[in-house]
Amino acid sequence: MTITGEPQTIEQRTEKPVRRMAEYAATPLTVPSPKQITEPAHAGQTETMVLNMGPHHPSTHGVLRLVLELDGEKVVNVAPDVGFLHTGIEKTMESKTYQKAVVLTDRTDYLAPLSNNLSYVLAVEKLLDCEIPERVQVARVLLAELTRIGSHLVWLGTHALDLAAMSAFLYAFREREQILDIFELVSGARMMTSYFRVGGLAYDLPADFLPTVAAFLNDMPANIDEYEDLLTTNPLWLERTVGVGAVNADDAIAYGLSGANLRATGVSMDMRAMTPYCGYETYDFDIPVGEKGDIYDRYRVRMAEMRQSVKIAWQAHQRLVDIGPGPYMTENRKIAPPPKSEITHSMESLIHHFKLWTEGFRVPRGDAYVGIESPRGILGTYIVSDGSPKPYRVHLRAPSFINLQALQHMSRGGMVADLVALVASLDPVLGEVDR
Amino acid sequence: MDNASVLERLRAAFPQGLGESSEAHNDLSVYVEREALLDVAQFLRDDPELRYEFLENLCGVDYLGREPRFEVVYHLTSLVNRHRICLKVGAPEHNPTVPSLTIFWPTANWQERETYDLLGVVFAGHPSLERILMPDEWEGHPLRKDVPLGDEEVAFSFNQDQIYARKPFATE
Repeated sequence: MTITGEPQTIEQRTEKPVRRMAEYAATPLTVPSPKQITEPAHAGQTETMVLNMGPHHPSTHGVLRLVLELDGEKVVNVAPDVGFLHTGIEKTMESKTYQKAVVLTDRTDYLAPLSNNLSYVLAVEKLLDCEIPERVQVARVLLAELTRIGSHLVWLGTHALDLAAMSAFLYAFREREQILDIFELVSGARMMTSYFRVGGLAYDLPADFLPTVAAFLNDMPANIDEYEDLLTTNPLWLERTVGVGAVNADDAIAYGLSGANLRATGVSMDMRAMTPYCGYETYDFDIPVGEKGDIYDRYRVRMAEMRQSVKIAWQAHQRLVDIGPGPYMTENRKIAPPPKSEITHSMESLIHHFKLWTEGFRVPRGDAYVGIESPRGILGTYIVSDGSPKPYRVHLRAPSFINLQALQHMSRGGMVADLVALVASLDPVLGEVDR
Repeated sequence: MDNASVLERLRAAFPQGLGESSEAHNDLSVYVEREALLDVAQFLRDDPELRYEFLENLCGVDYLGREPRFEVVYHLTSLVNRHRICLKVGAPEHNPTVPSLTIFWPTANWQERETYDLLGVVFAGHPSLERILMPDEWEGHPLRKDVPLGDEEVAFSFNQDQIYARKPFATE
């Protein structure tokens, strides 16, 4: 295990062979559909049983149906059946102006709303080619890292809960509450923040924002130590996670895994370093990677990522202190609404205000793709503009959706009980899977 | 690797089969003919210098009123070169078929199913081209531009009998 950027305090990991059955080693990488399992081609050859898990099962983290083909307790095949939460967000966006569509992005991955805002907003800003103030960039980085910590805390809590470690959940949600309080402080909403807008932020950062963040960041490393004390060397935790659901780097890339799921296999792909946005290239941080790509490695990588996020957040905090008060929106009046004080005495501002809220701003014709590192992986937004105030087409590359495809590859040959741990370790958010 | 050298290498390998290219917003995108897509994709993945091993994104766009009507967009990423290339393939309305990339990338599986489900683009050679997000019995493809938004009448208690009588399930 080489997790860079983190002192190796505890290394009592028990070595166990990877529980992947040799009989599947040479089979091609596939993603079966539920129909292929309910009507197996090899019916009659083996005494397998088809079992339905979900859609309403607490360990599926949402509305996910898994069609399992079992040989006793051994998993032969798994086909995830998704779409129960499909709300047509991409279609709805086509009928909203660019400003209004930001609100819809919150509703996809509801555990990381600010990451979704960021991916969409960056794609529109790429098409607009507008200058964003430095202060806004830094605030975005700080809030995106807090989002990452908050999302990982939910993952940690629910993952541990699925494996019957109840107390980690209570600890994790204690800190998540503080993060939600910070979101409420800046945006007025705990979860559906819509705080990042095209051109900047929705409102200015409040005066007590920086002290609140500093207090939270001060406590966080000790809190992460606390979670690690609960789980990292816990024999029951090791028994359920080490060597389970392993995937190698080549297969992970072929399956399009991203985020911690990919980095756990040893591939150090992180969009913050690969295609830096918001000035991430100027921050000092490490990209934690695992070795074996099993559940335990994903756990270690995410824990180390939280520490790195604290490190980045501190740097962003310091920069905000240095910059001091400043603009929270671009000065471009064709995109950003003018402040109220200007409207009262400037006719141009009144016109801009009227045009922006009745019609919206027009985005130059063309298409743009932006991929950011959300807590779950590469969150991409592909926008096609036809020059009107509404997007012609928005596609969201949802990391949960794509990560879930590898479930069958990771689980077959293993035990059905490990499937619960596996779904949790992939960290899917079903709102994002179905969009 | 920068856009120009990638494009030069790609054009040298495929004198035919490639259409125009663009470098808008500093992102390289190339139009590829349907017949050449499999070869181009395999070349980009396996070429020792380019190594676009990661199929990052696959989606479709409906350009109603333009020919070809549909466009399938692929974003390939090279981990080694830290470079992204966008391939675009057109598919006409009368035969919206595009070869499936599942043989090279299993990750294309669900993304192609999603594109088929929402836009009706058929991916030839896909192992299980079924609906994924919409219900199986759904008619049509909702992301197409000729499908209106908000077509479903909303039933309230005072008019639900009237509205339910017009729904397809009333006659079942």
